[in-house]
Amino acid sequence: MSDHIILPEGSIEKQTTTLNLGPTHPATHGVFQNILEMDGERVLKSVSTVGYIHRAFEKIAERRPLYQITPLTDRLNYCSSPINNMGWHIACERLLGIQIPKRVDYLRVIIMELARISDHLICNSIVGVDSGAYTGFLYLMQYRELIYEIYEEICGSRLTTTIGRIGGFERNFSPAAFQKLEKFLKEYPRALKEFENLFTRNRIFMERTIGCGPISAERALNYGFTGPNLRAAGVDYDVRVHTPYSSYQDFDFIVPVGSTGDCYDRFLVRNEEMWQSLSIIEQAFQKVKEFKGADAEVFHADAPDYYLPKKKDVYTKMEALIYHFKIVMGEIDMPVGEVYSPVEGANGELGFYLISDGGRTPYRLHFRRPCFIYYQAFEELVKGGMLSDAIITMSSLNLIAGEMDA
Amino acid sequence: MKLTNEIIKLKLTEKFGEELTAWQEPYGMLTFTASKELNLKVLQFLYDDEELKFRFLTDLQAVHYPGNKGAELAVVYHLHNMVDNVRLRFKVFTDIEKPDVFSATALYKSANWMERETYDFFGVNFIGHPNLIRVLNVEEMDYFPMRKEFPLEDQKRIDKDDEMFGR
Repeated sequence: MSDHIILPEGSIEKQTTTLNLGPTHPATHGVFQNILEMDGERVLKSVSTVGYIHRAFEKIAERRPLYQITPLTDRLNYCSSPINNMGWHIACERLLGIQIPKRVDYLRVIIMELARISDHLICNSIVGVDSGAYTGFLYLMQYRELIYEIYEEICGSRLTTTIGRIGGFERNFSPAAFQKLEKFLKEYPRALKEFENLFTRNRIFMERTIGCGPISAERALNYGFTGPNLRAAGVDYDVRVHTPYSSYQDFDFIVPVGSTGDCYDRFLVRNEEMWQSLSIIEQAFQKVKEFKGADAEVFHADAPDYYLPKKKDVYTKMEALIYHFKIVMGEIDMPVGEVYSPVEGANGELGFYLISDGGRTPYRLHFRRPCFIYYQAFEELVKGGMLSDAIITMSSLNLIAGEMDA
Repeated sequence: MKLTNEIIKLKLTEKFGEELTAWQEPYGMLTFTASKELNLKVLQFLYDDEELKFRFLTDLQAVHYPGNKGAELAVVYHLHNMVDNVRLRFKVFTDIEKPDVFSATALYKSANWMERETYDFFGVNFIGHPNLIRVLNVEEMDYFPMRKEFPLEDQKRIDKDDEMFGR
């Protein structure tokens, strides 16, 4: 080096390249940043930064009555918000000790499994996009539309659903909702089969994903993996089976497991879960059809303190008016207690840790967000691999920025 | 033999004696309090014991009790034995003036970010943590926002007329 040129220290000796991936890189599918230290195309080190869309939900929840927290849960994993809504309502019901009728449980199962399908469908087709196959994504997207139309028929909204109430649903499923559900059940299996034909034994896809971002079962458990990512590593842990909620024990389904925990296994596990979800929806649909007479009209539990009365009654009956006022203004005291209520979210165990000190709002509410916990393994997953593998690994982990940052 | 809360309680009392207090079972989940020096020993014992096998850290977070003088912050661990499918919860209380708690990162990799989050929002100083910096909030922040002394909205705001809304 000549004497008169002063270069920044370390710039010549440095053998590696620093690459900034994110926070708004199209390949990250969410707002989070990775600073990669690259040797050629190999990733030596990765530092993840999260929190770009942190909205302090846990703090806000400390000032809100239960119903006003439901819209916050929408915005956790926004690809499957009904699961979050119902997980939250189930947590409240556990705290309040509300018994849910079977029909409501089955209706909830239908919605939650639809949400799981819509989430897995996005995740798997995005893995396809990142490995160069755009077709699957475009093709399956129209079936997510069918799912959103079912939500729309039930609660009126599509993405951030705020579906249901504490104790059940705001109204019974309309005949149109059941028709749309039937249509979905009829059309989706064919599309999913085609999607599988496109990917599962596709030589290019297999070469791209097999052995990419693998994790052993032991490491996955240590890293706090749950959901499809843990099952792809070979651990058959599923909250629906281990801690049944919403009458999942009444259904017959298989928990698919992988063996290597790589992107291919995660893809296969998610695909098989979609088939299982379809089967659960069909079983639930059958069970719902079996209710006759007055039972077929049940769509909420008898919990007047927390379930909003019918609008017609509010205008004509004194008690209904009082309850309506108290619920809307959030003036009902909760029982003292602390409860941890997990549900199987689309990407893992979604837990609600709710502490009540007997006030009108939670004393403390913590969301156990599966993404946030397993994203810390990303560095280990991509280390030593190629940059393009890091991208696929990221999308196959199903990282949702809204859930990660809460 | 099925692992029940009684057996867990018996084994833990056998090992730690009177150090573990406040035994409860809210909504069926065994809950107890350990002194904060013992948190790693309890975690390690629950992990290693051939019968207990609590080897999955489900959740780790803190709660602030401002009225609880000398033990304002509670760090809450949720553990899961996946083989027998039993969960338990234990808490360690610490003084807010000196919120030092041993880090569980050596035992659980997943504790890394969960402890960072707890530090971020409550200021619990995890001793032995490899990289205890803020995770969700900006680094320049000089307070811990989830503590109860930080109100969500200034109650004395005058630029907003909301007397009709009961606030």
